[in-house]
Amino acid sequence: MANFNLKINGKIQEIDVDPTTPMLWVLRDHLKLVGTKYGCGIAQCGACTIHLGDDAVRSCQLPVSSVGEQEITTIEGLSENGDHPVQKAWLEVDVYQCGYCQAGQIMNASAFLKKTPNPTEAEIDTAMNGNICRCGTYTRIKKAIKTAAQTENI
Amino acid sequence: MTLVKSQIGRRAFIKNTSLAGGGLVLGFNFFNSCKPKVAEALAVEIEMPNEWFEINGYLKIGDNGVVTIMSPNPEIGQNVRTSMPMILADELEVDWKNVVVEQAALNTSLYSWQVAGGSRSISSSWQNLRMAGATARQMLKLAAAKIWQVPASEILAVAGVLSHEASGKTAGYGEMASEASQMVVPEEVELKNKSEFSIIGTSRKNVDGKNIVTGKPLFGIDVQREGMLIANLVHPPAFGMKLKSFDAEVVKKMPGIREVFSLKLYDEDFDRAAFHHTAFNEVVAVVGDSTWQVMQAKKALKVEWEKAGDTVVGMTLFGNEMKVNHPAGMENSDIHKTKLEELNSQKGKVARRDGNPELAFKNAAKIIESSYSCPFLAHNTMEPMNFFANVTEDHAELLGPTQTPEWMEPAVAERLGLPLEKIDIQMTRQGGGFGRRLYGHFMVEAAVISQKMKKPIKLVYSREDDMSQGMYRPSYFATYRAGLDKENNLIAFHVKAGGIPESPLFANRFPAGAIDNYLAEDFTVDSNITTGAFRAPRSNFIAGAEQSFLDEVAEEMGKDPIEFRLELFKRAAENPVGENNDYDAERYAGVLELVREKSNWKQSESGVYRGVSAYFCHQSYVAQVLDIVLENNKPVVQKVTAAIDCGIVVNPDAAANLSEGGIVDGIGHAMYSGLTFKDGTPEQKNFDRYRLIRHSEAPKSIETYFVQNDIDPTGMGEPPFPPIMGALANALYKATGQRHYHQPFISQKTIKG
Repeated sequence: MANFNLKINGKIQEIDVDPTTPMLWVLRDHLKLVGTKYGCGIAQCGACTIHLGDDAVRSCQLPVSSVGEQEITTIEGLSENGDHPVQKAWLEVDVYQCGYCQAGQIMNASAFLKKTPNPTEAEIDTAMNGNICRCGTYTRIKKAIKTAAQTENI
Repeated sequence: MTLVKSQIGRRAFIKNTSLAGGGLVLGFNFFNSCKPKVAEALAVEIEMPNEWFEINGYLKIGDNGVVTIMSPNPEIGQNVRTSMPMILADELEVDWKNVVVEQAALNTSLYSWQVAGGSRSISSSWQNLRMAGATARQMLKLAAAKIWQVPASEILAVAGVLSHEASGKTAGYGEMASEASQMVVPEEVELKNKSEFSIIGTSRKNVDGKNIVTGKPLFGIDVQREGMLIANLVHPPAFGMKLKSFDAEVVKKMPGIREVFSLKLYDEDFDRAAFHHTAFNEVVAVVGDSTWQVMQAKKALKVEWEKAGDTVVGMTLFGNEMKVNHPAGMENSDIHKTKLEELNSQKGKVARRDGNPELAFKNAAKIIESSYSCPFLAHNTMEPMNFFANVTEDHAELLGPTQTPEWMEPAVAERLGLPLEKIDIQMTRQGGGFGRRLYGHFMVEAAVISQKMKKPIKLVYSREDDMSQGMYRPSYFATYRAGLDKENNLIAFHVKAGGIPESPLFANRFPAGAIDNYLAEDFTVDSNITTGAFRAPRSNFIAGAEQSFLDEVAEEMGKDPIEFRLELFKRAAENPVGENNDYDAERYAGVLELVREKSNWKQSESGVYRGVSAYFCHQSYVAQVLDIVLENNKPVVQKVTAAIDCGIVVNPDAAANLSEGGIVDGIGHAMYSGLTFKDGTPEQKNFDRYRLIRHSEAPKSIETYFVQNDIDPTGMGEPPFPPIMGALANALYKATGQRHYHQPFISQKTIKG
């Protein structure tokens, strides 16, 4: 076990865990931030996507010991009132069916749009290809990403 | 208006008044919250009342006019938590803005068919929900009539407001809620005319939308409880194996590990229903403080397995007793294929015969024959199997994702040795179902672990556990033959279909009834690999096979594939062969005509390759046209146009979403997915080797059109899924010049990227 001070959603969180523990389980089990989802545990489905700094990363493959000073943002911290342009676009398009993968989709899409504010269809496909939606809401996700891209301050 | 007897509303009311304090109707409380509930308040952002008045088991009205509607059925992504309350709200005549939805717990005395299965949620509760709303509306009117001293028949109820024109009196529902809750339940209530619906038929956004996009704890896997432990299971690595022994010494000393023990799910004499079934009756449980610790311990655990013998499991399915054979042995996919082909070459069991098919084939000028197959599939809900259990000496609290709480309750009760009334099952939102959560052994496993640990526990399957644990979509095989006479008329039709362990045949579905000489046969192969219902069971293969074959026949006859199908439907409508035809030929033709119009079928563009398909299941009709273009010589699905007749569409945009999902799901599974076996072990255990469709492979656009009619709603979750596989195969043929018979199609050279 080891002690870590993590910057998560703008707050310092102190935890004492096995240093090999992936951030996914630190978030879910220890910090009760369960919006980040477990899907595969091997970085193949994208359900566990969070932001490390400005980058979208798979938290199931991110040992807590490797985080250091870097800031982590989870779906719970993406915006204060659930009004990030990507969240608003998801609501407008009514994207989800079961909803389980959508936190990961939103975290991936928001990091992508920050770097690529006016994406082409092909860029969206490439950026989002690592996020599986078993319900098949892909066409709506794409529509929501395009909707969000049209809002200012993305 | 339609006058109907209100027994159902009455029953719900009477039962409800006998509940202590209404605690049971409060249902979904795993956030340990008090009123107003955090989740619901966030979802709707409306002010909660000071006091609630229960009108019947389906709803309560607050003193400020806010209405809580109970959603009785499991939500697996099919939108019932929004669409079912819409039905009630419409009859109640309340403004949708003032509605809060709560998930009901399992309550067999209040609700019927609390099941997510058979695409039946809406259709089975359609009448009950309307009745519950209409009864409450009438009780509000009666309350106002009593207080205002005017005849109830003169009172209008519109959008949550009661009014009496002659006296000029008006009151919101909230003002009358207390009085209404005291009213005697009327003997008869008036249901609205369908033309008067104001919420049904309008698109309403998902009530959980805000909670989903902000990552609120909605799912079973999100459940947290003070003192809760985490449990994982270790099951045999192969079908055909069972537990021999295990050594827990080292693992028990690992950090955070509380206990390691084996558990047997059911005794041999347990009266098992099909939905209780499990592939591995004896497993090892590892229980500890946190998921990562338990996962590490699980890896380190030393377990010995041994070969299982032949087993025969007796079980009931909807009251019918059956024996399921699980022969000993470690099975392989190549042997499965050989067995299916071998049985397919022999005579099957005749399921239907019209005319004289043997003679007709003998006399045929031309015979077209093709065979089709598909592999086993894992459901792969994105949220793996899990359940929370808190079992004490005299009570069991169970909370999590299940499609069949009612059917699992007796199994839990018997296994724990508790009476049914001590079992409290509540449902969370579910990260997908697709049929997998119809089989709730994981709920019983969680209960057994909690009972043993005397603590609240959450059982979580890893993805590998989930994918290698069985209840798969069976592997199927079918051969079709069509006989044409010298004038190129279709005179004979033969389907022989089998599978491991069940046949996908629907002998009385189309084209039965449209061809004079018809023969349908089936066959089965026993296996120890457990299978179960997977979105649109059996249809999910046979639709694609049949619709691909009809395309081939139409081509051979030189006919347009839609025109050819319409001719068959015309025959089936005007002069059907046989009496037991399980479809309405006119509605079938209706969706084909609609999709022909909406897809501009007759004006094909160059470079666009199109395939059509139509199928009937779960009482609904779906036709789809799929367009492929070639990019770098690789087929890409450009567009899908769908026409659906599912009766009244309660929530059109949500239904369109299900249509889009079914199409993406169908293309994905037909094109990419499959589970294969080597020595009893699944060769795909996670998404690195199990291919699911991804963003870039989804159609670029999907358009869905609904047939407008006022037929009571029929299935919507499953019907869009099966036919698309046929449309895909037919379009692939046009694009590549090769027929695609064996799923997954990606294994065929023509479409390798």
